[in-house]
Amino acid sequence: MIPTDWFLLLGTGLFTIGVIGVLSRRNVLVILMSIELILNAVNINLVAFSHYLRSIDGQIFAIFVITDAAAEAAIGLGLIIALFRNKETVNADEINLLKW
Amino acid sequence: MTLDQTAFFILSALALVSGILVITRRNVVHSVIWLIVTLFSVAGIFLLLQAEFLFAVQIILYVGGIMVLFLFAVMLVNVEASLKEARFNRQWGLALGTSLLLLAELAYGVYKGRHGFRLVQASLAAGGPTSNTRIIGSALYGNYMLPVEIASVLLLVAMVGAVIMTKRRLF
Repeated sequence: MIPTDWFLLLGTGLFTIGVIGVLSRRNVLVILMSIELILNAVNINLVAFSHYLRSIDGQIFAIFVITDAAAEAAIGLGLIIALFRNKETVNADEINLLKW
Repeated sequence: MTLDQTAFFILSALALVSGILVITRRNVVHSVIWLIVTLFSVAGIFLLLQAEFLFAVQIILYVGGIMVLFLFAVMLVNVEASLKEARFNRQWGLALGTSLLLLAELAYGVYKGRHGFRLVQASLAAGGPTSNTRIIGSALYGNYMLPVEIASVLLLVAMVGAVIMTKRRLF
């Protein structure tokens, strides 16, 4: 038997790795991948609590989170390709058109 | 240490190490490959939690769908140019410190509250021979009917939006 808090600690670690990636990387593609890491950490927590509470609702919510991740990946990658076509860069700190 | 605890340690170590490799590799293609390793380990964690349907969904949808989409996008943008540039932006030190502070805070909270949730004795499907997929299906088409419809509309909007944004000339 695995204690539930181990799963929560694993989710915390993955979440922190994702936050570090979002805050410190320059490449927009890696930032999107870090967001996928964060969503996976959330999914681990949801499924762990679903297992602990003997309720199916957590797994249903995890399915909706995966749906959102798919939609977000499609939209985000479309944005990145449109951006690369116009600006010839995928670095987040070089996209400063609105900065003065 | 029992067998499932050993499996948990192996899978979580694999997930964390490959997660760190995702955000530190210089080549974006390598990042995608390591993210696939992370997603497989998370699928194994789902299997440990007796969520068989989510295990299959994670592999089919995430690894088979979203990651292929990522690989296509990486091929479409310029990979060679980013190999010679700096990986991290200027505030990476501050970002690392703040995130580690957040990690310490969250881990301390879970550690202090660990007596609230202890060992789980029975599984979800302990009541009978009903499978995990059957329970999820009846929940999705019963209580969660409206959210499923909203999610389908969301996917349609995302599909149309992605097509419009990547098209060169609309009309």
